[in-house]
Amino acid sequence: MARHIVATAREIPEGGRKRVVINSRPIAVFHSKGEYFALYDTCPHEGGSLSAGKLTGLVQSDGPGDYRLCRKGEIVRCPWHGWEFDLRTGQSYCDPRRMRVKSYEAGTTRPSEAVEGPYKATTFPVTVDDEYVFVEV
Amino acid sequence: MSLDTVDDVLVESRGEARAERTRPVRSTIVDCDVHPTVRTAKDLEPYLARRWWDHFTTYGLRPKHGNATADPYPKAQPRAARRDAWAPNGDQPGSNLAFMREHYLDPYGVECGILSPLNPTGQGDQNIDFSIAMTHAVNDWQLDVFTRLEPRFKASIVIPYEDGEASAREIELRAGTADFAQVLFLTRTSEPIGKRRYWPIFEAAAHHGVPVALHVFGYSGHPVSGTGWPSYYIEEMTGHSAACQAAVASLVLEGVFERFPELKVVIIEGGFGWLPSLTWRLDRHWQKLGAEVPGCRRPPSEYIREHIWITTQPIEEPEDTADLIQTMEWIGWDRLLFATDYPHWDFDDPMRALPRGLDPANRRKIEAENARALFKLG
Repeated sequence: MARHIVATAREIPEGGRKRVVINSRPIAVFHSKGEYFALYDTCPHEGGSLSAGKLTGLVQSDGPGDYRLCRKGEIVRCPWHGWEFDLRTGQSYCDPRRMRVKSYEAGTTRPSEAVEGPYKATTFPVTVDDEYVFVEV
Repeated sequence: MSLDTVDDVLVESRGEARAERTRPVRSTIVDCDVHPTVRTAKDLEPYLARRWWDHFTTYGLRPKHGNATADPYPKAQPRAARRDAWAPNGDQPGSNLAFMREHYLDPYGVECGILSPLNPTGQGDQNIDFSIAMTHAVNDWQLDVFTRLEPRFKASIVIPYEDGEASAREIELRAGTADFAQVLFLTRTSEPIGKRRYWPIFEAAAHHGVPVALHVFGYSGHPVSGTGWPSYYIEEMTGHSAACQAAVASLVLEGVFERFPELKVVIIEGGFGWLPSLTWRLDRHWQKLGAEVPGCRRPPSEYIREHIWITTQPIEEPEDTADLIQTMEWIGWDRLLFATDYPHWDFDDPMRALPRGLDPANRRKIEAENARALFKLG
């Protein structure tokens, strides 16, 4: 496991996302309310790219007529058939037993804490003042 | 069960993403349901007489249902499309040929995609003369914008199906052109589809050896269910199979296949799991009640087996895929046609949609061979 720098913090705005490939694995990195999340970028249902999906929330209900929208921006909906996954865990609420997408640790870091690698070297000119988004793979 | 709350910002470079999404292709497919559309309605202006363009801009399309200026049910995704199917310049899904090549034809190994224009086409419009003008225009537009520029695409002869004679004239005009693969109907017509008002269409299609495709939807005044207008999109999506069953029963029992033995019919986007049980039920009733329908001289199953092809999308997804394979076996391996429904949201990926465990020879029939034979491709 190593931390891979995939973007500068400002490159992925609130509600934004970036698709990256780390060790041949396509990974979708999301920014929601100051936090960063990373999911394997292939829907387990038919293979849609989750990085093109809509960020939405979770509707919860204790009974008929009583419902609320919570966890806004923490659920991604597949751009194809609309399967929804929790950014924090990769869990599906429709079919949690069979439909799960792998999630990865993600966050922000200063450049000195992350591995040297092609992403840092070729894509992001590093300055000590910048924060970077990392994914742990 | 969720509401959209956060605006999406796609920061990745689209060029990079497309290159990475291009997966290795196992084999090519014939896609029997692709939906092209206009960038804006203005794309059709060159193909309409001034009188009908004025009509279009003044009155718009008028299908026979409430909320006539929009879909009667909100779709699962905007424009009912895959959210990744908008072109980089903002052209809506299915309207930009260059993007469709990169995003769809090349990565999915499509050797032939049969275009099914759904909207705007003027099919089922309450003004029949406008319907005639619009469908004719849409056929010209398909040639200019798609098939003449991209040999992997074949067009559908879009017809003003509520006027059988006018539809037959459009078929006469187009059937000799290799760019057209089929005649396009929708399943929900003003009357059951086997009624004689539609026979000129079947006669012309059979005469020219062009299959007639029945795509689900159609707003000629009837709900998808037999009991009124359902409340929700999910009911309409599920109800398509019931509308398809009514269409097949009508064709068989009205004697269409007896009258036009060369007629070939393709059912599109209604699923296929229902077809075996419909066949069993029809045969059983025909044994007892067949005297009333002299146009149906043989067991209905025989007409269905000989005259009907059916597309796979949206494929049934039972818990056990062996059940799906058994259902395909009942229908017949030479009668199933692969379809993606690109660029719509319920797209079936050729690499993943067909069940694991399918015999490779049967898989090739579904993916390409059956369609090549039916549409006389290549």
